[in-house]
Amino acid sequence: MSGDQQASAGRRLSRRHLLLGGASAGIGAVGALGIDLATKAGPTAVAEPLNGTQTVPFYGVHQAGIDTVPQSNASLIALDLVPGTDAAALRRLLKILTSDAARLSQGEAALADSEPELAVAPARLTVTFGFGPGLVALAGGAAPSWLRPLPAFGIDRLDPAWADGDLLLQIAADDALTVAHATRMLLKDSRSFSTVRWVQTGFRRAPGSVKPGTTMRNLFGQVDGTVNFVPGTPDFERLVWGHAGNPAWLHGGTGFVLRRVAMQLDKWDKLDRAGREASVGRTLSNGAPLTGVNETDEPDFDAKTAIGFPVIPEFSHLRRARSENPDERILRRGYNYDDLPTAGSVSNSGLLFVTFQADVDAQFVPIQRRLDALDLLNEWTTPIGSAVFAIPPGCAAGGYIGDTLF
Amino acid sequence: MTLPATPRILVVAVAALLALSGCATTTDTAAPEATTTAAASLTIADPWVKSAETGMSATFGTLENASDTDITVVSAESSAATMIELHETVEDDSGAMVMQQIEGGFIVPANGSYELAPGANHLMLMGLTAPLVAGVDSTFTLTLSDGSTFEFTAPAKDYSGANESYEETEK
Repeated sequence: MSGDQQASAGRRLSRRHLLLGGASAGIGAVGALGIDLATKAGPTAVAEPLNGTQTVPFYGVHQAGIDTVPQSNASLIALDLVPGTDAAALRRLLKILTSDAARLSQGEAALADSEPELAVAPARLTVTFGFGPGLVALAGGAAPSWLRPLPAFGIDRLDPAWADGDLLLQIAADDALTVAHATRMLLKDSRSFSTVRWVQTGFRRAPGSVKPGTTMRNLFGQVDGTVNFVPGTPDFERLVWGHAGNPAWLHGGTGFVLRRVAMQLDKWDKLDRAGREASVGRTLSNGAPLTGVNETDEPDFDAKTAIGFPVIPEFSHLRRARSENPDERILRRGYNYDDLPTAGSVSNSGLLFVTFQADVDAQFVPIQRRLDALDLLNEWTTPIGSAVFAIPPGCAAGGYIGDTLF
Repeated sequence: MTLPATPRILVVAVAALLALSGCATTTDTAAPEATTTAAASLTIADPWVKSAETGMSATFGTLENASDTDITVVSAESSAATMIELHETVEDDSGAMVMQQIEGGFIVPANGSYELAPGANHLMLMGLTAPLVAGVDSTFTLTLSDGSTFEFTAPAKDYSGANESYEETEK
């Protein structure tokens, strides 16, 4: 081992030690770490950081949890402000929740955290706040024109229990216990200001299960979310972080849509593999378009079968979701849900279709209109919940989420 | 010299830690001048107040002393309460843990810390002057034994704990 390597190992150790407990724990903690190391194979074992120690910065121009690589577990929560809440109380609420989110995301217990030991593994925890029209009005801000329920679609079977709200919390981490603790802390601190309207929990693959960057699979087994914006690209900057026609307080923020889409797994079971692939226009094996080989291959919508039908059917989800207009695109950041079956059934499953876009009306609605008019996948899927929120920008240390609104 | 890999990492780890604490010591060599007040060396980490509509409440946080001399907090005041006492937890004759005013103030050890926490030492607020609702900031002034004062601001948080009983007869 060269001197450089040794120094590097030492730095990693001390950094990890600081993350775990702070310098005041001193030599005793080094002893404990040493015991831990002695059971491992050698220097290479030391270098692998635990998933739980990973953090995502909280403060910044944009809120975290949007351009963050999706974590494995998420809770989406809508709160309703209690009647009589005034702008001053709303500010106090936002300050408290910002403090909780900032601390927990960095692996620090919240102030007055009754279970501080649950805060030590942030596991890329992010808390993303969204504002409904009621909250924006209470703060005296101008609402973007799209901040309202989506237009009614023919395929919708919306349950009001999954609709709307004043304040959205998207709490996500690569650890379900971390999400639960953050949720508990944020809801305790919201309790004197608001009531819980709905909670929707979702999941993806656990960290380490598949190669990082692998597109999610939904509970139909489909590769779900292939074409998506990449953070840092001009598309992402314009169509997610772009100002569009939004009021100034929202600059640096974006728009949020959650569609709770029930998936009829029992009906899907009756469909053979070819039918399943035709409904979407992609293969089940790797998500390649039916005209391609690899997942990221561009679909060839003109390709015809031997008897003259399109290889990617006219009714397929892939064809219907795609627009000629490059502005009609959205960032997808969805999660599967698999809740308790209702009486007489064995599954209650679906997709929390979470999207971010600067202008919901210009980007999301046209896509949904096309899918509403024709999409074979509608045979097995039903939107049962719908909510739209404005995602305010991030804040600087010392500020709070929503401070541009007051 | 040949050593198995693991012990060598241990040596490096301990050395790195020693180097860290070495750094901390060197920053401390800017020794307080004779004219420096105790307040100049005192900080508080993570202060907060338990929210309450009326009556009593308590303030918590970790006092930290960066000097080589103990710092004694002798009293506290705030516009949030008509009176503030420095309280400690003690076991009474029946074995119950009760709160009472501490004799001799909070002593924050040299280069050390002193924790104010639910169920333990705290600033006891009596006679709240206004509802301490969640998210409201209150300012506190601690008077130290050298006469200097240290001011800090703490937000109120809803908290269901810190329901300790109090010794009825003060000493």
